[in-house]
Amino acid sequence: MSTTEEVPISVTAERMAVTQRAGEAPEKDWVIVTRGLKREYDMGGEIVRALRGVDVAIRRNEYVAIMGPSGSGKSTLMNLIGCLDTPNAGEYWLGGNLVSTMADDELARVRNREIGFVFQTFNLLPRATALHNVELPLVYAGVPSDERKRRAIAALERVQLGDRVTHRPNELSGGQRQRVAIARALVNEPSILLADEPTGNLDSTTSEEIMRVFEELASQGQTVIMVTHERDIAAHARRVIVLRDGMIESDDRRERFAEKVQSGGHGAIGLK
Amino acid sequence: MPFLDAIRLALAQIRVQRLKSFFTLLGVTIGVMFLIAVVSIVEGMSSYMEHDFVGKLVGVNTVSLRHIPEIGEDMSEAEWRELQRRPRILITDVEPVVASLPAGTLWSAEGYDNVAMSSQWAKPTMLQASAVEGDYFKIREMKVERGRVITTQEMALGTPVIVVGQEIASRFFPNLDPLNRQLKVAGLPYTVIGVAESQGSIFGLSMDRFVIAPYRSPLRHVVNRPLVIDALKIKVSGDADMTETMETIRQVMRGRRGLRPAQRDNFALETSESALTFWTNIKSKLVIAGVILPAIGLIVGAIVIMNIMLVAVAERTREIGIRKALGARRRDIMSQFLVEAATLSTVGAVLGIIIGITLAQVIAAVSPLPATVAPWSIIAGVFVGAGVGIISGIYPASRASKLDPILALRQE
Repeated sequence: MSTTEEVPISVTAERMAVTQRAGEAPEKDWVIVTRGLKREYDMGGEIVRALRGVDVAIRRNEYVAIMGPSGSGKSTLMNLIGCLDTPNAGEYWLGGNLVSTMADDELARVRNREIGFVFQTFNLLPRATALHNVELPLVYAGVPSDERKRRAIAALERVQLGDRVTHRPNELSGGQRQRVAIARALVNEPSILLADEPTGNLDSTTSEEIMRVFEELASQGQTVIMVTHERDIAAHARRVIVLRDGMIESDDRRERFAEKVQSGGHGAIGLK
Repeated sequence: MPFLDAIRLALAQIRVQRLKSFFTLLGVTIGVMFLIAVVSIVEGMSSYMEHDFVGKLVGVNTVSLRHIPEIGEDMSEAEWRELQRRPRILITDVEPVVASLPAGTLWSAEGYDNVAMSSQWAKPTMLQASAVEGDYFKIREMKVERGRVITTQEMALGTPVIVVGQEIASRFFPNLDPLNRQLKVAGLPYTVIGVAESQGSIFGLSMDRFVIAPYRSPLRHVVNRPLVIDALKIKVSGDADMTETMETIRQVMRGRRGLRPAQRDNFALETSESALTFWTNIKSKLVIAGVILPAIGLIVGAIVIMNIMLVAVAERTREIGIRKALGARRRDIMSQFLVEAATLSTVGAVLGIIIGITLAQVIAAVSPLPATVAPWSIIAGVFVGAGVGIISGIYPASRASKLDPILALRQE
């Protein structure tokens, strides 16, 4: 395996977007561009370098999986992409805005408008109905209550839960809960749908069901970024980025990734 | 987050944890309850004092000349000793004082003391007997229910007749007509000629335990030393000026006692207003108590609410994380918990208001203390309740708002 064949994406348009001059906004087509993203944690005096300079460029309408063994920095990268955290160094452009230097309240606004989160543990409010859970992002966006209700119902219908509007999370199955969470993530029409191990708490049948929802959303033009450590799940995405030790190890189209998996190329990095 | 949504959320939270919420509210409830109850009682007493008590005890538009004030305030040892050295008012003072006032001015001289009374139907008891002269019944606006009042002739002759209060009549002449029967007052035989209408009560003390006899009758030797009287009361007629009348009396008395301009009065002139001043002083002390008692409850309430809110923030860390991930700003989280604390304690305050009003009514019903619920105290109760909630919610809410969303989401 020669190096030139290994990194087909990195040398193309993505590379160009990243290597534009630092501090300059990328072209409109790029929803996410990171340049030299670094994140270090001070764990009781010991510096843990979770991300050591990550360059990623993701186009609108892409369906990307981020993989990596535990400790590879994929959660840190997801937190940064999700604007839950800010980098120590580097740039992060989201939808043409430099978010890596934003303050707390601005980040909250970006999370509200630009990002739809789907979590492994669903993270629904247990005592609220499906409808109220889906309404929440709209509450913080300041949408008036009747419009909120109308849009929340529409989002629930989009994930085939139009008949579960008044159910509470404990009255729903795992798959249904995750679909409520997806409806909640979509309700504010975000630039990116950001899923963190979305099938981690689901059995394989339900996982497939959720992956079909993602597939459909992606085919409708929704940008989807999914963090997972499961190869089968990552294989649903059209592009797979593999992280290792806080750096990008590979960044391939799905087909190329599958080839590598078959040839055992990823066995060495500890993926299933 | 819209205000109404926040309140709805807070009420839902209370509904879910009814028992815990109840204990949380207890402090505020007790505080507000005390506030309402104490204010109600003070207000009740106040209107009672202003309308009833002073009128009964001192009389409207009446000036009392005494050697020391009947209704007194705190005084120093020296002041007290000065009062004890004052000369008494004498029966011989009456004529010159009355002569200085417009003709037809109503007046009454009275001396009184607690003396033993007895009849053949009851054991001797110490009760108040007054020896009076002048227009006593007119000034007191006292009417008889049975019999008649003491006539001018009887006053002048010192006939041993008495008008008695209702309790005296029923105690010494059980199931009998007291008229024309004999009552021994300090061992002296007196004939009952009238029974006064009920005078009601002041703070549960019956005002119907009295005996009134003419000053010139033998009783005067029992209640006071020779010539001494306890009070000279002057009723200022409708159009005369109160201050002017008091000044006239003062000058006559100063002249009679030979006081030099530099010397202070060695007698007291009391009006219903001076009695009210005394009440106002008591009231201000009661109001302080009325502030301190609720304040203790409210401080305890505030600490409990703060504590519970801190627990709520800890328990709901994940919820806070979710809300933050979905775009809640610091101030959204802050206001959510503040509104929750305020709603919690306002609910407590409303309970306190209800219990406080009930308590005031119960106290009014079972004790002589009157109670009137002041509308302002209800409004104050609600605002104090909400205020306590907001103040005690600030710290927990600010902690919640500063939580790191990543750590909050990781919390189980």
